[in-house]
Amino acid sequence: MASETQLPHGDDLTIDGERRRDFIYVATGAFAAVGAAAVVWPLINQMNPSADVLALASIDLDLAAIQPGQAIVVPWRGKPVFARQLTPAEIAAANKVDAKTLRDPETLAQRTKPGNEKWLITLGVCTHLGCVPLGAREGEKRGDFGGYFCPCHGSQYDTAGRIRAGPAPKNLEVPQYAFKSPTSVAIG
Amino acid sequence: MSFPWAKHYEPTTDFGRYMDSRLPLPRLVYGALGAGYPTPKNLNYFYNFGVLAGVALVIQIITGVVLGMHYAANTGIAFDSVEFIMRDVNNGWMLRYMHAVGASFFFAVVYVHIFRGLYYGSYKPPREVLWLLGLVIFLLMMATAFMGYVLVWGQMSFWGATVITNLFSAVPIVGEAIHTWLLGGFSPDNATLNRFFSLHYLLPFIIFGVIILHVWALHIPGSNNPTGVDVKGPQDTVPFHPYYTAKDFFGLGVYLTIFAIFVFFLPNALGEVDNYIPANPLSTPPHIVPEWYLLPFYAILKAFTTNFLFIPAKLWGVLAMLSAILLLFFLPWLDTSPVRSNSYRPLNRIFFWVLVADCILLGVCGGKLAEEPWVRIGQLASAYYFAHFLIIIPLIARFEKTLPLPNSISESVLAKYGRTPPPGSAGSFGGTMPQPAE
Repeated sequence: MASETQLPHGDDLTIDGERRRDFIYVATGAFAAVGAAAVVWPLINQMNPSADVLALASIDLDLAAIQPGQAIVVPWRGKPVFARQLTPAEIAAANKVDAKTLRDPETLAQRTKPGNEKWLITLGVCTHLGCVPLGAREGEKRGDFGGYFCPCHGSQYDTAGRIRAGPAPKNLEVPQYAFKSPTSVAIG
Repeated sequence: MSFPWAKHYEPTTDFGRYMDSRLPLPRLVYGALGAGYPTPKNLNYFYNFGVLAGVALVIQIITGVVLGMHYAANTGIAFDSVEFIMRDVNNGWMLRYMHAVGASFFFAVVYVHIFRGLYYGSYKPPREVLWLLGLVIFLLMMATAFMGYVLVWGQMSFWGATVITNLFSAVPIVGEAIHTWLLGGFSPDNATLNRFFSLHYLLPFIIFGVIILHVWALHIPGSNNPTGVDVKGPQDTVPFHPYYTAKDFFGLGVYLTIFAIFVFFLPNALGEVDNYIPANPLSTPPHIVPEWYLLPFYAILKAFTTNFLFIPAKLWGVLAMLSAILLLFFLPWLDTSPVRSNSYRPLNRIFFWVLVADCILLGVCGGKLAEEPWVRIGQLASAYYFAHFLIIIPLIARFEKTLPLPNSISESVLAKYGRTPPPGSAGSFGGTMPQPAE
């Protein structure tokens, strides 16, 4: 087994302790890591919403049948949307509050369209953990602030859909929408 | 991995000798569960619950695999396919009730198992890794149970999925992206149901793998025992077989009897009736609650109702619920008392029972509507839970005056019957440390 080949040993180290082989090891490891990452990404990304889910859906909503003080619930992108015609008393109650003192400071005007302050259109999804708050249907509990009440963990929203009490961090989200006529809107 | 006086496997047949030099499976079983595994001789019935948990997992896997042959993971027919299993599939009602009741029983058994470990100090050195692996199993169990519950696609399934996946949206900046990624959409839908089915099928086998590590980590130091005193010699142990195989089979008989009573006579007693209403994304049930075994953690989640220190209430709740479990991972280093068993820790024993009462109280709060006085009680009970592990346990470990320990397991057993050990027997054996496997 006599061989002329000299395998590198510990004493073949250069002065600064590096070997040529170290570079090969690091390069191999780096190459494998990049390759692994390239394979892992599709495995992770497949869990993101698929194309059919992402395809934007928009709906037209007729508000004509909603009387003052009433609300309707319509599905949009798998979530409920609350469309409510506020009564003058509810508008007054919402405007009486100093928005700066609120957890998520917004005025009623900021949450509605100019000239259509009586139409409050929000997602019916509690900003805490995503339950559907009560208060949109007749006879449901509306909480101490006269808006919506989430039964899951007791978040309370006022007549402008703003968070006033309970664990939710934000006001009920206002979706993108535009008035197409005085009594119909396009959501999405 | 056993004590030096452990009996060694001797194949008695030619075939046994043939296999022993090729695939020594009988040797493994003999050394792990047979006469070759010396076990403290004073283990009480609380030590049955590890084996019971293993049996509960096997029942879940067998019934689950069978249910998977009939279940359809599609939002349009998932609920109906469950009812189809109940009504049309031969014996389907029994298999589904075994699976649903089995989940509850699995948790019940594991909770007894965990509290037994807490009482006898089984998390203390040299069993810390054993304890950590147990907690990993517990976390995996919670994830598996949650996803399994969603598969039914009833109202509680849907809204439970909504609430629990929304926990991730509390994470700053990337929360919403994680939430959408988990669901595969913007609310729980078909993509969510499909992936939950896939993961619900996978995770039990991962649990099984971690259980193998858990049992391995158990067999290195061997079982703790009610005195918490180390095994000192052969007089402190009995062979696992037949002593504990017999004891475990007796406990298993009792367990299966109670299990059968629930499966056949009270199959829905532990569940929520609302889950017999098909999922409706536009209507939240008036009261969303998880299954009973997750209620204490749910109470901690609900305990935070106001923002505080610039962190939103929602994130506080999520962090607290997560830390309630993660805290247990640090227990072996929070409790520095050298005495394991609460039988010799008079002060810690009292607080152990306070903790048990606190956990039950949290469970009650978790099941109540978010109204006073339950919100306040839930907040106080949550505060106690954290104080118990972070303040009370370290303080007790420092200042408690513990009772004198028996010299050996054997001495404590004999003392119960008014006898003293023969002179020079306790601790007379040379090697007290477990030896690695041959």
